[in-house]
Amino acid sequence: MGLKSWSLKRSPWIFHVCTGSCNNCDIELLDCLTPKFDVERFGILLVGSIRHADALIVTGAVTRQAAPKLKYLWEQMPKPGLVIALGACGCSGGIFRDSYNIIGPVDRIIPVDVYVPGCPPKPEAIISGIVKGLAKL
Amino acid sequence: MRTTIPIGPYHPLLEEPEFFKLVVEGETVVDMDVRIGWNHRGIEKIAEGKTYDQVIFLVERICGICSTSHPIANVLAQEDLAGAEVPERAQYIRSIVAELERLHSHLLWLGLAGHFIGYNTIFMWVWKYREPILDLFELITGNRNDYAMLRPGGVHRDIYKRDLPAIRKVMDELEPANEMLTKAILDDPVMGARLKGVGVLSKEDAIRYCVLGPTARASGVDIDVRRDEPYAAYDKVEWKVIVQEGGDVLAKAVVRLLENFESIKIIRQCVDRLEELPEGDIWSPIPQMPVGEGIGHEEAPRGECLHYIRSDGGNYPLRVKVRAPTYNNLPSFEASCIGETISDVALITAGIDPCYCCTERMAAVYDSSDKRLYDWQDLVRLSQEKTEKIRKELGR
Ligand code: SF4
Repeated sequence: MGLKSWSLKRSPWIFHVCTGSCNNCDIELLDCLTPKFDVERFGILLVGSIRHADALIVTGAVTRQAAPKLKYLWEQMPKPGLVIALGACGCSGGIFRDSYNIIGPVDRIIPVDVYVPGCPPKPEAIISGIVKGLAKL
Repeated sequence: MRTTIPIGPYHPLLEEPEFFKLVVEGETVVDMDVRIGWNHRGIEKIAEGKTYDQVIFLVERICGICSTSHPIANVLAQEDLAGAEVPERAQYIRSIVAELERLHSHLLWLGLAGHFIGYNTIFMWVWKYREPILDLFELITGNRNDYAMLRPGGVHRDIYKRDLPAIRKVMDELEPANEMLTKAILDDPVMGARLKGVGVLSKEDAIRYCVLGPTARASGVDIDVRRDEPYAAYDKVEWKVIVQEGGDVLAKAVVRLLENFESIKIIRQCVDRLEELPEGDIWSPIPQMPVGEGIGHEEAPRGECLHYIRSDGGNYPLRVKVRAPTYNNLPSFEASCIGETISDVALITAGIDPCYCCTERMAAVYDSSDKRLYDWQDLVRLSQEKTEKIRKELGR
């Protein structure tokens, strides 16, 4: 394990991007921060800029407008970094995969490390997804 | 000197990524432009390739927070088209789920509004009280969000008698909590100074922009689909429509907080009634969809939500049209934001409760003349600093 991935494992900062989700995955992600789950205890923090982030969480089946921005975000992310596709939409396109305006799922645009299925995944599942991703590093 | 501040398209407040352009002179907002369409998933088109039953699951996923409102509007449209009758028990179950959703949606709004003015305690507290409602949803529907309860002609799942005490218990705990929150917000002088008179939407403007739901009711427009055209069990229970005259962000907060009490009242009455009705009678099948069209509308937490369905008699709808409440509420920013300071914009845009979808986004903003850089976090920070200033002035 290199120094970089060693330091990554301690308190992963997360940047969240919505590429055409229905809100639920986003709200459940936010829920992880509130008193019941409180992931800040473990140093997991949502940050406002991708340049500060160790992990990128993508929700939603990627729409045509969002795809170039997703790619751009990934290019700006410091490497090594985790990419987590959240929800059925992020993993496979979900119920929206047949739409004319969807070019996702996420792994068609950028490489994905962890898939967290569910519609929406429960906060427990999200936390476990992040932990599994860290173990992979 | 005029400065243009773009916000978005990725923006933490809005249901869909949306793009705002603010034109400011000094601190004052003088013009505003809204662009939407970043989250366009082509739902109406996908719906044409789904059977009537599947369409319900699809519209449930239009918006995660209103994940009962859209299905209710859609089944109402289908039932309108087919002329179907719905069993009484199913009506009460629909009302319970819809009101639980209103509770969790209003609490969610309150928490985020607290965050935007720099009261993170409110955010954490309120979301703590919201959590039991989600647990309750998991108990009675099997999922924390996206409940899949609605079905044309009834509901998918019964709420069993053994689960009713759990609902009562959550309501009993929520009522004092909501009372405490209401008092904490109404009696706090800093809150008063920060929210009162901010982003006023006059009654005339509210009517002119056709705003809906709590946004309209906070401006003194007395509309509520639940009373005006009752669906589910709203005509069988006692409750009242909350109307406030202020039109500012405080009035919007008060409307939502008081509506929570009404929701609790409605749920209690529905639960009492479920106790009496026989279990299991929750669905009457619709054998075939006739040729024609149907309309359903429903009071979502954010306002009236309207669905239209046209059928050619086949298994698939010919056309599904959705009009969500935020679509009407959004343009009212033009009336409520202009003339306010930028530090209030975050709060005013939050005031109509556009679904909070995307958490923090980055939007770099360049201004060629004075090299100032704004993004959404700056706006939130400006808002939080203002609260801090007021707090100091009031000596608290
Ligand atoms: S996976 Fe489900 S909950 Fe998540 S964004 Fe997609 S439709 Fe919404």
